[in-house]
Amino acid sequence: MKSGSNLEKVLEAGHFAFTGELGPPRDTDGEEVRHKCSYLKGNVDAVNITDNQTAVVRLASWAACLILIQEGLEPNFQMVCRDRNRLAMQADILGAYYHGVRNMLCLSGDHCMFGDHPDAMGVFDIDSIQLINMVKTMRDESKLQGGQEMEHPPKMFIGAAINPFAEPFDWRVHRLAKKIEAGVDFIQTQCIYNMDRFRTFIQQANDMGLTEKAYILAGVTPMKNVGMARYMQKKVPGIEVPEELIDRLKGVDKKKVADEGIKIACEQVEEFKEMKGVHGVHMMAIEWEHMVPRIAEEAKVLPRPVVD
Amino acid sequence: MIVAERKPFEEIKDMLKGYKKVLNVGCGTCVAVCLTGGEKEVDVLNAELDMARKLDEDPIELGAVTVERQCDREYLETLDDKVGDYEALLSMACGAGIQFLAERYPDMPVLPAVDTTFIGVNQDVGWYEERCRSCSACVLAWTGGICPVTMCAKGLYNGPCGGTDQGKCEISQEQPCAWFEIYGRLAGQDRLDLIKRFYAIVPWKNQKPRTLIQPGYKKPEQAE
Repeated sequence: MKSGSNLEKVLEAGHFAFTGELGPPRDTDGEEVRHKCSYLKGNVDAVNITDNQTAVVRLASWAACLILIQEGLEPNFQMVCRDRNRLAMQADILGAYYHGVRNMLCLSGDHCMFGDHPDAMGVFDIDSIQLINMVKTMRDESKLQGGQEMEHPPKMFIGAAINPFAEPFDWRVHRLAKKIEAGVDFIQTQCIYNMDRFRTFIQQANDMGLTEKAYILAGVTPMKNVGMARYMQKKVPGIEVPEELIDRLKGVDKKKVADEGIKIACEQVEEFKEMKGVHGVHMMAIEWEHMVPRIAEEAKVLPRPVVD
Repeated sequence: MIVAERKPFEEIKDMLKGYKKVLNVGCGTCVAVCLTGGEKEVDVLNAELDMARKLDEDPIELGAVTVERQCDREYLETLDDKVGDYEALLSMACGAGIQFLAERYPDMPVLPAVDTTFIGVNQDVGWYEERCRSCSACVLAWTGGICPVTMCAKGLYNGPCGGTDQGKCEISQEQPCAWFEIYGRLAGQDRLDLIKRFYAIVPWKNQKPRTLIQPGYKKPEQAE
């Protein structure tokens, strides 16, 4: 065991993992985090806590991680390279680890211009792949990036994201290979809607032996309505929403669109369970946490395994 | 070359408030090429200031001189017998030139008339684009001659990130994704292996003021 986290244990035991996501509030309302936890508890193996997502200031990821631990859930501490230099990143990793955080997701971070402080300086002292390598060196060599040895190193289960849909498409599997070379243990993908393209991607990863070196969790976000699908298609860089999916949502009674979105997501989960090279699903029910119990139920991923 | 942009007129006018006699010093090299701070631009700015101050019934006497390079002592020397006649100096050189001017005349207020913008190229007359952040550790050998530090909005060494949108950067459809272009160029040269390897954390060399002394040369105080 590298970290002994629940997520690592579930994956190591060969179970199909199911992770969730939670975005902290834009103020000090930790109670909102606790409330969202109530929907996630028992339904997922770990919960990603976003780090100033879309470059908007939110309650700190590490602080929300502590709330999850208090609530009996396992957090996956997201960290972006945009807001901190290597000193601040390592300091936060040490502190979060002491308080019980065992999973991390290493990300570049959306550009500042998307958020609520568009004129801020983007730090990017290191990039997301270098961050993976830094956390691995801290864990496996007990060394800080500057070379200082640690008597008590942070033993993190190291995650990263992959977007199989961004151009150049042929490059994406090599980017996965680089993240594995840098030391990643698990991958959570960008939201998948174009299943054909994902099948091609995972086939490439299988052929290169990459899916034996890191666990791959397929990213799923159920569509709440046609407007959301259209927005994701047109406005979110690197997300591909096929027209057929929008047609399918449009084809049902207006009151049933959300149900159809969940149905599509569950069909995806069913396929991922059978897909070689996929080890779980990362369910990003964005601001839809209260639907997670139903989604988990209908995706037939309950009960979640308990591994000692 | 170093590209600069003239400051907004109101800002310059505001800086000169209270001064009655100012020497505007242009620079004949980079900022002249990019049509910001050469001889012609010095005359234009002086004419605008002159008119504005007359309208305000607060006339100003403006001198004009353009030296070959404000970042070079031998050219600044030519100003020594002129500056004494003025209350302040306005410089239209880049930040380096302005500081060198201020350093030569420490008793004199030296004011910037331009914002130094970037190290860039001349795409066409009046059209300049940034290409270099002078990081002191050039990686162009393995990035197909395209700088990821400058041209990638996140300065990534292991790009492209997931925000690439059909060859464009996530920040704008006007901004090409540097890593998309690096990939394309190296693919064309059959050199993609160069970016398949992991590039480790960079020891930044631009976090303190830098000095270069070429082999065989010494600082004057060290000279024998």
